[in-house]
Amino acid sequence: MAGDIATSARVDGARRRKRAVRLSTGDRIAMTVMVGVPVLLTGALIWFPTISSIGLSFTNWDGIGGLHTIQWTGTTNYRQIATIYPPFWPAFRHNLFWLGALAFVGTPLGMFLAYQLDKQIRGSRFYQSIFYIPVVIAPAIIGLISELILSPQQGLISSLFADPRHGHVIDWLGDPSRSLWAVLVLACWRHASYVMIIYLAGLKALDPTLREAAAIDGASGTRTYFRVVLPALKPINIVLVVITVIEALRAFDIVYIINRGRNGLELLSVLITGNIIGEASRIGYGSAIAVVLLTISLVPIVIFVWNSFQEVPES
Amino acid sequence: MTSAAVDTEAVAVETRAASRPRRRKRRAKPSRVALHAFLILTVLVWASPILWAIFTAMRPYSDTSEHGYVSWPRAFNFTNFTNAYSQSGMLHYFWNSIIVAVPAIFVILLFSSALAFVVSRYSYWFNVPLLIFFMAANLLPQQVVLQPLYRLYLWVPLPTWLSASGYLYDSYVGLIAINVAFQTGFCTFVLANYMKTIPRSLSEAARVDGAGVLRQYFSIMLPLCKPALAALATLEFTFIYNDFLWALILAPSSDVQPITAALNNLQGQFFTDNNLLAAGALLTAVPTLVVFVLLQKQFVRGLTLGANKG
Repeated sequence: MAGDIATSARVDGARRRKRAVRLSTGDRIAMTVMVGVPVLLTGALIWFPTISSIGLSFTNWDGIGGLHTIQWTGTTNYRQIATIYPPFWPAFRHNLFWLGALAFVGTPLGMFLAYQLDKQIRGSRFYQSIFYIPVVIAPAIIGLISELILSPQQGLISSLFADPRHGHVIDWLGDPSRSLWAVLVLACWRHASYVMIIYLAGLKALDPTLREAAAIDGASGTRTYFRVVLPALKPINIVLVVITVIEALRAFDIVYIINRGRNGLELLSVLITGNIIGEASRIGYGSAIAVVLLTISLVPIVIFVWNSFQEVPES
Repeated sequence: MTSAAVDTEAVAVETRAASRPRRRKRRAKPSRVALHAFLILTVLVWASPILWAIFTAMRPYSDTSEHGYVSWPRAFNFTNFTNAYSQSGMLHYFWNSIIVAVPAIFVILLFSSALAFVVSRYSYWFNVPLLIFFMAANLLPQQVVLQPLYRLYLWVPLPTWLSASGYLYDSYVGLIAINVAFQTGFCTFVLANYMKTIPRSLSEAARVDGAGVLRQYFSIMLPLCKPALAALATLEFTFIYNDFLWALILAPSSDVQPITAALNNLQGQFFTDNNLLAAGALLTAVPTLVVFVLLQKQFVRGLTLGANKG
């Protein structure tokens, strides 16, 4: 095995040298354009703004004056959002709840459904088609559907369990202590579907002899799953961890369309947006919150990158 | 197909047919029945938000206001759909979605296949850093870049025939650009893995015959990648069509805004009661649902190609 790798590395080295000689000027120009143009675009529109966010988080700028009015203020923004900026900690907490709900309800539910659908059953395709639908629908539309279900006057819950036409309503969205949980039900609905698609594909690609071997050894279904299937699907599990965290950090559309992220639905993403287009726009605060999001998101990003480039050696 | 393959298939069909009655008897175990019962129940729960939206949208407002939303419908029609459609001018916003999504998908696939071609066919020191550069950009929460991006868009001038505002802000070009910059990473990652499974000998043979880099890319690699490109195009269509945030912040005027972001203003302005709101929401979901029904296989493959190689 080690010998193989060594040989292939040597072959690769030889190839590389030959190739470097063979590339014509035209080929060089073509490849520079093929790589350069996308790099410039993504660099300018994603990485330059990311670095600017970090820079601006240490400054005090109203965004109206030119760039020369930017003042360096050190860590003041961070200290202020943590102490005298009331919406920060609730938003931070709500993002944590969001992550908790996806991680402990949405993701396991999606994995469980995928596992059930992976058993050779009739009508599996029909079941799958229905389960996939929430992934196809825009989160903003899911926000509208949440309103259809939760609105106090015309919603399903209120009409079903109270009597809105005679003034008895159930108003979960209007109650800051409950609104987040009501919305999280629909967020989990979509997330579980997303997880199910990815996990089901992983289960189908799994070598069936693994499970057969476990069955021959007399392992029960549950035992086989936790001792054989789950560890064998490690790459997929990592993808699931990554998308769960990223989705929890990105959460925005559903709450914004319901009530612009107020009344118990504040999220870090909403605060950043509010500091761009809201009445009280403070670029320093918005950037500091963006850096908080960036820092947390680096954890799953690093896990993902580490995992994908460690196991697949460059050919 | 060779006759041997046909034979095996025929045998397989026969065996399946022969064993079916026996198997069915065995399969009618209580656990199977329970599984189906569980799945049917779950599917009902899963579909219920959509079914509720359809039910609400099909009933006239007068009916629901008189008898309540949970009541037996006295009338059932499509009036809410036609009203939501005509009053809000949705056609215009649908058109904006197409103007943004179609060129964006085209450029994303062009960029990502070019990058993937270079990364998968040539061994350079920058291959891995390059993939990380694009993949990490795709994984960032959008709000991390939003604030400087907003300022940048207000600062970069565009000729007026490209942008009525005179800036990247509030223009089709601006929306296409950010979608391309953001999504190229995912497609590059998927395509690079896909191209690695295509034998190198193919492009090497072409090189020996004197084909340059561009020729190898356009005439050899791209045709071989058609299945992956089709899957990614389907998936990217739903991603870009469903985008809410970029268009909400970077293109707020109704001239340019695609339908999904426009929902923010349409609700309350035109979708005044829940019946109209349900109709508007369902109409907006129609394009992605149609794509999903027609191209479900492509859609799922697009999602899982990325995940399974990760």
